[in-house]
Amino acid sequence: MIIYGVALLAACLLAGLYLGELLGQLLGVQANVGGVGIAMLLLVLASSMQRFKPLVTGASASGINFWSAMYIPIIVAMAASQNVVAAVDGGLLALLAGVGAVVVSFALVPVLSRFGPQSEPLPPLEESNTKTGGGA
Amino acid sequence: METLVTVINANGLITAFAIVGITVWVSYVMSARLTAGRIHGSAIAIILGLAASYWAGSVTGGSRGVVDIGLLAGIGLMGGGMMRDFGIVSTAFGVHISELRKAGVVGVISIFAGVIVSFIVGALIAVAFGYRDAESITAIGAGAVTYIVGPVTGTAIGASSDVIALSVAAGVVKSILVMIGTPLVAKYIGLNNPQSAMVFGGLMGTTSGVAGGLAATDPRLVPYGAMTATFYTGLGCLMGPSILYFIVRALV
Repeated sequence: MIIYGVALLAACLLAGLYLGELLGQLLGVQANVGGVGIAMLLLVLASSMQRFKPLVTGASASGINFWSAMYIPIIVAMAASQNVVAAVDGGLLALLAGVGAVVVSFALVPVLSRFGPQSEPLPPLEESNTKTGGGA
Repeated sequence: METLVTVINANGLITAFAIVGITVWVSYVMSARLTAGRIHGSAIAIILGLAASYWAGSVTGGSRGVVDIGLLAGIGLMGGGMMRDFGIVSTAFGVHISELRKAGVVGVISIFAGVIVSFIVGALIAVAFGYRDAESITAIGAGAVTYIVGPVTGTAIGASSDVIALSVAAGVVKSILVMIGTPLVAKYIGLNNPQSAMVFGGLMGTTSGVAGGLAATDPRLVPYGAMTATFYTGLGCLMGPSILYFIVRALV
């Protein structure tokens, strides 16, 4: 049943957000600390556990895959509801602070990526769409 | 016409699905015809969304982009935090635990590095613009972390409201720039595997920016970047009004 997958996804998000709120309160900050990240970990764990197998295979899986495919459209809607005018009107200081933070952070990505075990570059997108099995 | 408006108003979310669908279709046609596929369709769709938001914001004077146009209010529901988080979590389906483990320690380091580096850049620019009080410098530095950390920190340490508004603006600039800039620089910063995506998410931290930027680069990287990015704002809210503020206060 498709709804089983959707329900599992919803349960993971709610549980993650709840834990994130608790973590925030524990640390005394007015923010959800990692709630979405915790939810993602819960979903990853659930999908690798035997007990949850009926919720992550077959029709149930398509309930999760549907939302995964809706992700980019949701991001487009999110982009359309950003306060772009404020960003442009913030003046030179806001612009420089934002741009500076992004440029320096971009530059640090290859520096930090060098540490720890490396992962392989993903195959080009077209290939992965026509994947016929065999790979992980 | 009046009947049509009533129908649209009563079915905001459905209208949003239709409008976003048309936008995505137009974007993919533009990507194929105008750029020969060089600029990803989703990147164009995100830029169209931002452009629409700018236009709507200038016309309505509101702060929520096209959502302030009555007929498009459903876009706010579709692109709001609830659906965004639901969508992000669903992308984790199929993530390999082994890849997450690989970037474990580096991922954590990148979150700390990201918060501190963005804060320093923002704080230095505040100083360059003539701010000399610890509260303003800290608030603007925190805004360069994310547009949530800025006001949370500014309010906690008692920065003035115009400085807090500036800090929000700096954070919004950052988030939008990450959305647009990521697909352009991805090749040059090695953003093509799960491990570097986790480092990227930790360094950038702005959830909307990382989510949009990676979606436009390679949707398969989204879950890895989002995983680390979601801890960033929390850490920023923790460090901004405390240790970072104390350091700034000691320096000025």
